[in-house]
Amino acid sequence: MKLRIALLTAALALVALTAVSGCNKKPKPLPSAETAPGPTVFVPTAQLTATPTVISAGDQVQLSWKTTNAATISIDGIGDVPSVGVKTMTPAASTTYHLVARGDGGSADASARVTVNEPPAIETPSTQMSQEDEFKARMQDIFFDYDNYDIRTDAQSTLAKDADYLLQHTEVKVVIGGYCDERGSDEYNLVLGQNRAEAAKTALVTAGVAADRIRVISYGKEKPFCTESNDECWQLNRRDGFAIDR
Amino acid sequence: MKAIWVLLLFLLSLAYFQTPQLTAQDWVVTGTNLGNQRIRLAAADFKAVGSDPQTPVLKNVFDTTLFTDLSSAGIFDMVSKSLAPQTTPGSPQQMTPAQWTAPPASAGMLALGALSADNGRLAVYGWLMDVTTAGSPPVLTRQYNEQASEDMARTLAHRFADEIIARLGGGVNGICETRIYFVSNRTGSKEIWVMDYDGANQHAVTHLGTVSMSPRISPDGSRIAFSSLGNEGWAIRMFSLDLGRTVGFPAGTAGGSNLSPAWSADGEKMAFSSARSGHPEIWVADAGGGKLHQITTFGSDVSPAWNPRTGAQLAFVSGRTGEPQIYVMDQDGASVQRMTDSGYAISPSWSSSGLLAFSWNRKYGPGDPGGQDIYVMDIASKRWLQATHEAGNNDFPSWSPDGRHIVFQREINHRTQIWTMLGDGTEQHQLTFSGDNSMPNWSWK
Repeated sequence: MKLRIALLTAALALVALTAVSGCNKKPKPLPSAETAPGPTVFVPTAQLTATPTVISAGDQVQLSWKTTNAATISIDGIGDVPSVGVKTMTPAASTTYHLVARGDGGSADASARVTVNEPPAIETPSTQMSQEDEFKARMQDIFFDYDNYDIRTDAQSTLAKDADYLLQHTEVKVVIGGYCDERGSDEYNLVLGQNRAEAAKTALVTAGVAADRIRVISYGKEKPFCTESNDECWQLNRRDGFAIDR
Repeated sequence: MKAIWVLLLFLLSLAYFQTPQLTAQDWVVTGTNLGNQRIRLAAADFKAVGSDPQTPVLKNVFDTTLFTDLSSAGIFDMVSKSLAPQTTPGSPQQMTPAQWTAPPASAGMLALGALSADNGRLAVYGWLMDVTTAGSPPVLTRQYNEQASEDMARTLAHRFADEIIARLGGGVNGICETRIYFVSNRTGSKEIWVMDYDGANQHAVTHLGTVSMSPRISPDGSRIAFSSLGNEGWAIRMFSLDLGRTVGFPAGTAGGSNLSPAWSADGEKMAFSSARSGHPEIWVADAGGGKLHQITTFGSDVSPAWNPRTGAQLAFVSGRTGEPQIYVMDQDGASVQRMTDSGYAISPSWSSSGLLAFSWNRKYGPGDPGGQDIYVMDIASKRWLQATHEAGNNDFPSWSPDGRHIVFQREINHRTQIWTMLGDGTEQHQLTFSGDNSMPNWSWK
């Protein structure tokens, strides 16, 4: 009898312990590698999500992805992308976005399906739509380090591509939005967002884009893309986003 | 036996998971009136006079408000209601001083009076008596006669409390009729709101549907300056409480982020942060929005606050060396002096007596989970005291006009609410409970 009580209490304690430590993420099963790779080679991982997954034609979806241990990452229809990122897309028809991450340790892929319902009856001018689509496909967000507005190395190459697009499309005017993560003060984060947006503007002007085609707005931490409190989310929120200035 | 050990292990593990990460904190306790005996004050429930059905309701509002006002004034040692004699003297003649001076009440002063509602009028007679000296005349005698309503009962209690506080508190006016402006998202967007100093009467002032923040009420109480997001970015906007609508402020609308307005104590000048030159700097305009000029040049400057005592000095936040720090300068931009040496220091607010309150995380950085707390600094000596300890992220302190109280925002578990406390961090009270509420700004009178 005593033994039974002990066993029962132990089981209960185990359950409670598991519940208490539930805030930690459950360890993911390690990807099984057929051939044992060297100890320094890690298998790439990839995640891709689309929000929302069902839209009406003309609506936007937000693609966000995260990869690890990958040297090249590409998404079908978008091309090469940074290891972590977000992108607004306006798919005209139902689409499965497919991401492939390749690294020394192999490759990983992830996909996200977006269902597009029937377009609204109103016709939209097709030329404008394609400009918008192309802008969104080619003007990539750049990301920043914590409490900092220096352009990182990865952002430099992104900005070079962004500048290429703007130099090819001199009719397009752009608004750069500077964003911050949720930490720190509301007022100071607006200053930080301003500095981030200005840093991208300076880089684009240096690359030859006319300054009067670029406007900057700081959003500070007022319009977060991601609302969880973790490093991944904070990184996604520390960014400059680009939009056509109409 | 074994079961007990398992249980103990379980409890220990619970304790381990539930203990918040402790940070080394040196708790410094300082404050006003230390060493001085606070006046032991009792507030008797007022005597209900007449049989009007409104009387008990209004009397209850009046009694509660008066007691809360006197308790939160921060200068009295209040006799709690449970220790006070269960009598309601309606006038000095009906009072027996010995009842109040005897333990456990042990009062030195007594506020008492009578209240009646009659035909829609509310009459209040209030006295303040020195109960330690037999036969002494009233310290204070007041009569009020107003339209009967719960709001008016509350207002009259505020007025009587302010009279008592001014008489016994060294001539400094009470704050019971002051207001607190703040930002709330209760309508779905961040708007400017207002409430009484004790959290009563909360209601929205603006209905702009965008993001509005950093409200600063003008010294005469007629206009609110704030920052609002539009298509062209952040503009300083001005809301006239007399007209009930926004009015022009030309200096605040040019491009670049225009943020964190601050009034000079004479109401004639406005400082704010603007990035119209490409970098966020402090600019100053007159209250009508003209005569704009730039006074800082190092970049990343925001959150100016005018010293109301000298009228010639500004505190502000700058990230010119990395993490934001508090600086002080003359109003022409000269004599810039850094006040904080490290960490993450933001949101300065200057008291009427020249004490600087601000929000500071002294141990800021990755792996250094310090708390964001409210501090009070004497700028001449740079000596500071920590007013909040180990409770959430505290920011946006704003002094009450009497310089005794601070209103601030506290974020716990992603919910931000507005709190008040005395300048030394005691007597903390939460004022808002619904939605998210932030950036409080105490009116000047």
